Amino acid sequence: MATGHAELDSAGVEAGQPDSGTQEEASQAARKPVINDFSIQVATVNGSGSQSANIVLLRSIFGMGIPVSGKNLFPSNIAGLPTWYTIRASKQGYVARKEEIDVLIALNAETAKEDILALPAGSVAIYEEAANLKQYRNDVVCYPVPFDKLTAAACPEAKLRKLVKNMIYVGVVAKLISLDLKVVETAVRRQFAKKQKAADLNWAAIQAGYDYAEQSIPKQDPFVLERMHATDGKIIIDGNAAAALGAMFAGVTVVTWYPITPSSSVVEQLIGYLKEYRVEPDGKASFAVVQAEDELAAVGMVLGAGWAGARSMTATSGPGISLMAEFVGLGYFTELPGVIFDIQRVGPSTGLPTRTAQGDILSVATLSHGDTKHVMLLPASVKECFEFAMAAFDLAERLQTPVFVLSDLDLGMNNWMSEPFEYPEKPLDRGKVLTADDLKRLGGFARYKDVDGDGIPYRTLPGTDHPLAAYFVRGSGHNERALYTEKPDEYQNLMERLNRKFETARTLVPAPVITQTGKSKVGLIAYGTSDFAVTESRDQMKKEYGVETDYLRIRAYPFTHEIHEFVASHERVYIIEQNRDAQMLSLLKLDLPAVEAVKLRSIRHFNGLPIDARSVTNALVIEENL
Amino acid sequence: MATTTAPNPKVNRLGLPAIDYRGSKTTLCAGCGHNAISERIIDAFYEMGVKSERVIKLSGIGCSSKSPAYFLSRSHGFNSVHGRMPSVATGALLANKTVQAIGVSGDGDTVSIGMGQFAHLMRRNLPLIYIIEDNGVYGLTKGQFSATADLGSKLKTGVINDLPAIDTCALAIQLGATFVGRSFSGDKKQLAAMLKAAIAHKGTVMLDVISPCVTFNDHEGSTKSYKYMQEHEEAISEVGFVPFFEDIAIDYDAGTTYDVTMHDGSHLHLRKLHEGYDPKDRVAAVKALMESHDRGEVLTGVFYIDTEKPNFTDLLNMVDEPLATLPQARTRPSKEVLADVMSKLT
Repeated sequence: MATGHAELDSAGVEAGQPDSGTQEEASQAARKPVINDFSIQVATVNGSGSQSANIVLLRSIFGMGIPVSGKNLFPSNIAGLPTWYTIRASKQGYVARKEEIDVLIALNAETAKEDILALPAGSVAIYEEAANLKQYRNDVVCYPVPFDKLTAAACPEAKLRKLVKNMIYVGVVAKLISLDLKVVETAVRRQFAKKQKAADLNWAAIQAGYDYAEQSIPKQDPFVLERMHATDGKIIIDGNAAAALGAMFAGVTVVTWYPITPSSSVVEQLIGYLKEYRVEPDGKASFAVVQAEDELAAVGMVLGAGWAGARSMTATSGPGISLMAEFVGLGYFTELPGVIFDIQRVGPSTGLPTRTAQGDILSVATLSHGDTKHVMLLPASVKECFEFAMAAFDLAERLQTPVFVLSDLDLGMNNWMSEPFEYPEKPLDRGKVLTADDLKRLGGFARYKDVDGDGIPYRTLPGTDHPLAAYFVRGSGHNERALYTEKPDEYQNLMERLNRKFETARTLVPAPVITQTGKSKVGLIAYGTSDFAVTESRDQMKKEYGVETDYLRIRAYPFTHEIHEFVASHERVYIIEQNRDAQMLSLLKLDLPAVEAVKLRSIRHFNGLPIDARSVTNALVIEENL
Repeated sequence: MATTTAPNPKVNRLGLPAIDYRGSKTTLCAGCGHNAISERIIDAFYEMGVKSERVIKLSGIGCSSKSPAYFLSRSHGFNSVHGRMPSVATGALLANKTVQAIGVSGDGDTVSIGMGQFAHLMRRNLPLIYIIEDNGVYGLTKGQFSATADLGSKLKTGVINDLPAIDTCALAIQLGATFVGRSFSGDKKQLAAMLKAAIAHKGTVMLDVISPCVTFNDHEGSTKSYKYMQEHEEAISEVGFVPFFEDIAIDYDAGTTYDVTMHDGSHLHLRKLHEGYDPKDRVAAVKALMESHDRGEVLTGVFYIDTEKPNFTDLLNMVDEPLATLPQARTRPSKEVLADVMSKLT
């Protein structure tokens, strides 16, 4: 309906109620269509079932071939508190959170005033007409909709109305932003694939909203979608499901967990996959899943299973990591494999349990007491959640040590577009394990001896049928034969070998991803979900300030040599991360020579919301005196 | 004339001598009850003819938890962290359900710091022999009271315990363990029979073994001393055990003796020494424990046994082979599976 825009030039913005004279700014904005580049925010009350509607909206935009991302900003509560879902359509493919909202659907009476007051001029507000939000803003395009009336008509069953109401706004928005109704129908039928009746009811509600908008809302805003082909062949998945899939294709056999947001859905979705794909023809499971009594037990089971030779894992978040500290030190010192997913959330303590952060970097890197350090993998996409989950199991068994995968709530619990995941070509790396036959040939072994010079000893599994297979795992000082010792040189040798092993890890972990021209003096370093904002900010820096930046994305700890080289080849290096204390910067300082460490500068974002490009750009502009 | 031949060294049914079941030399105090328990464990595994390579032995932290080093040197061992042995044992048995597991803990390791994991271990009925070497004090930190110390018992320093003892046996019965008993490190015959029966059981065996600490808790005023035990031990039943591989007919009076057929076909004979004793009755068992405690006795014997309840590894319905060593073909789904998953996400 491209012609609709022109007609609005002199019209008032409240649908059907011309109110010229006060709406000039909004009308100005309405002149130029904004195609495939805007954000939608749905403000509702949690527990009202709006998530299905939001996913239908997200999938419909995806179905139009337009790059899209969705973020759920929800409270730590079962029902009744405000929740916001933001959807960003971006023809450039940007998926970071966008600070400015272009289209607001204000369905939470409690926050409606606050929500509309937060909008930038020229944006759109859709709301229950009784709320009369127009009184607060003259510079926003207002579309009052009689949601309750429409819901009652579309849904004769009163108890279902709360849920159906959400689909009415999907219909209204679909009309306003030119979503293809066929694509919307596909999305809603997919959402309720196993419930025909619910699918029909929700589809009817969408149509009711669409019809209402068609008949009663003259389009007065510039935000429209046009079909693209940028999502062809792509998938939509959340990071936790991707990590779960990675674990399954890594051949995980023992899974333990203690429920904690935002990690629970890693194991919940893994259970679903395992039940579907890892039950053998005789009905027996090639896996065991245990909901433990707490995170201490969860990680204890992981290490016990790793000792006995299984590929074992647990998933948790910051508070669980703290509880695991003692056991992880034992795992490091006694050299037991195990994979721990940390889906980071805001701390300390309970913090903001449903908000995102990158705040566990330092605590995980050296988790436990004494001299400990751990391998961490840092995925920045759902595809990397899948791939790093697989890598983590290989590394844990190769290095015989606990390996951490640090995702976060933003990546883990939100839906992301991705290229389909690729089937792993490499076979599983089960590491240095001696069998009874090996022992027959070798005539014995020393559990903690560095035979190959890489710091990694050989191990045997409990149950190995050879009189010399057994060794004794002990958290106390031990010599090469795993015997108790307090001799200074034996303890020091052991600690130095563990250091050698960590140096070996440096050569095995995923290398960073570097984008550079070789001409810029300014380097940016980020990791995990900060990547989205940094990628977009680099474009802003170039477009708006003519400043080229080089970029290195860290994908693992210990740091590989490329990171040293990147810092060495730049004058100023900004570490962009989502925590208060510049945790990655601190880790880098420990690793870099002093002459390089002084180049490091920090940009941090730690308000619980995912980092956005504009705040990175603004910080860079100040730091660089632009 | 008879000729003399070299005597055959005594061997068990696997043809192994007892020495193959020994461990390193103990570093515990001379006379420590724990050493006697280690001896009984060695005897039990030797006499039952269990191959050490098929056994895993685990512990937490404390004097008791050092002891797995002192038996079955051919078994993989794991001295874990304080109070957390149950979780390590659980993980190990999920990884390999075909091994036989024995865990040694202490009263501090179990009843204070390890209470949470202990409770959930019992609840899961994990196939594990869980032994508490119970002396009422923390030995490695020089003799503080533990939570099994009886009300009014006295430390060497004169400090009186003013909190009630936690009864691990009553607790284990309530929580779901399927073989619960108490013994005394000095009661060689009873402990030996109970340990052999424990090896034959497929579920959680919880044995609280009073094991006096000769250094910190063997004095007048202690209720965990050798003297106190000699004076106050009261057996609820006489424990006899006939392993499945011994074809021995035992005469017993069906009116006074319970004959329990174990999973492997062995027989546990429990001759009633107390009125109302019924090892299948959880309520009666807890009642007997509480009443005898009130009388100032230390009740020993097998209090409760259930050979029917499925154990944790059965409940999980795992494949027959150890999960740990399943080949990649059985743990990594095919390319087609990934394609199928991906197609559902587009």
